[in-house]
Amino acid sequence: MRDPVTPLSSANLVEIDNVSFGYDRRTVLSGLSMNFARGKVTAIMGGSGCGKTTIMRLIGGQLRPNSGEVRVDGQVVNRLKRDELYALRRKMGMLFQFGALFTDMNVYDNVAFQMQEHTGLSEDLIRDLVLLKLNAVGLRGAKSLMPSELSGGMARRIALARTIALDPMLIMYDEPFAGLDPISLGVAAQLIRRLNDALGATSIVVTHNVRESLPIVDHVYFVSAGSIVAEGAPGPMEHSEIPFVRQFVHGEADGPVPFHYAAAPYAQDLGLEARVG
Amino acid sequence: MDNRRKRTLPNQVRRIGFPVVNGIWRMGYAARFLILTLAYSGVSFRRFRLTVREMFFTGVLSLVIILVSGLFVGMVLGLQGYDTLQRYGSADALGVLVSLSLVRELGPVVAGLLFASRAGSAITAEIGLMKATEQLSAMEMMAVNPIARVIAPRFWAGVFSMPLLAALFSAMGILGGFLVGVVLIGVDDGAFWSQMQAAVDWRQDVLNGVIKSFVFGIAVTLIAVFEGYDADPTAEGVSGATTRTVVTASLAILGLDFILTAFMFRGVG
Repeated sequence: MRDPVTPLSSANLVEIDNVSFGYDRRTVLSGLSMNFARGKVTAIMGGSGCGKTTIMRLIGGQLRPNSGEVRVDGQVVNRLKRDELYALRRKMGMLFQFGALFTDMNVYDNVAFQMQEHTGLSEDLIRDLVLLKLNAVGLRGAKSLMPSELSGGMARRIALARTIALDPMLIMYDEPFAGLDPISLGVAAQLIRRLNDALGATSIVVTHNVRESLPIVDHVYFVSAGSIVAEGAPGPMEHSEIPFVRQFVHGEADGPVPFHYAAAPYAQDLGLEARVG
Repeated sequence: MDNRRKRTLPNQVRRIGFPVVNGIWRMGYAARFLILTLAYSGVSFRRFRLTVREMFFTGVLSLVIILVSGLFVGMVLGLQGYDTLQRYGSADALGVLVSLSLVRELGPVVAGLLFASRAGSAITAEIGLMKATEQLSAMEMMAVNPIARVIAPRFWAGVFSMPLLAALFSAMGILGGFLVGVVLIGVDDGAFWSQMQAAVDWRQDVLNGVIKSFVFGIAVTLIAVFEGYDADPTAEGVSGATTRTVVTASLAILGLDFILTAFMFRGVG
């Protein structure tokens, strides 16, 4: 049931409102606000360690912000009780970076897991649904393999089938393209788009893979050091003159994101100063 | 810059204090973890299939090492026991010596130590790897509580398996003692069994042994699941946790054994 306070017509499924988050002394996100429109595929792009994955964990309620609000379908995630959070999570799917398939179960049982845990469906019906999901990712024939027998790309697709097992309204992808070969890359990108449209879901893709993700998304956020640098439709972003975006999209080594990690002057580290002085 | 801490008094105190505080903190955390495990144990019994599956991995797969070790420990007891007893002309009491040593002490303790290194380490490594590969996180995101679905069935499987394994260890040990004492050396068959039957008390010896092995089962499995769940999600983290499980669980067994024995056999001759 929806929260009666929130209008049904709210265009955004997920809203991040002025959220700050940090571990102990290290600040990861500061005053971040983002909106994810219903039915759209939105990408969050940024370098490694910029807080992208943290954003997804905040949406999924695995982390709680120090301040601000995260709303999913009108519910404030960070104020939900455990049971309410679990109820909300049944409507979410998250694809983890390396699939996170349960290694002690075969492919079939992995995909059937949520159906068996949460629905009272008969085994026959679950079997049909599992085969349907596996067929959607093109791996119906792999149903009795163990995760250790799958290639990286196959594991990712099985994990995708598991993610959509209960037809979630929100699908989150954590680096879905990391470590895939070129064919798997294209397949994964197309699957994300097609599944989103077929399920009428909303998707969030956290990635640093520009070439694969820009063609399939509706909106992009560029994040650096825990705050938004730029946002917009993918077309204009590709030709953006904002230095960070340009460096990121074109993969330039140096720019606003420096090549060198902060260090003392080179000469000093080499001990040259003393000799010269 | 000199990074080494100077040996001043406050630093010395800190060096002792930190591990102590840390240890107490971890014990509190483990206690809280045990309470959570018990609170979410419903699934382990409602869907007993889950627990039975884990009993196969912890119990059945430990059988070989338990049975073989039991047999050899019993055979050695037979040899050593006979050697000592025959000096006093009481070789007929060999059955008593073998069975009491096994049922009271060696069964629960040695089976517990073997269980800690065979099953305990496997449980820690498995749960630690599940954590490192985000499987526990994924389960949480699927609105399934990992403590109810992963931890509790493994915990109960260990608790149920341990007394059974200890009993089998003792049984094999007695068989080993019989083989060496009666079949090999020639102690009187009837005396071996009848003296054993007369001397071993059901409540005082057998039941207390079962209670011991049950307590060891709780300790070992709790340490194993806790270390796995608490492991750093890296290769070093998981290997460190596995080592800690074997060391901590073994020490816990020996410590608990002394305490339990002191309470159980007070005033028993």
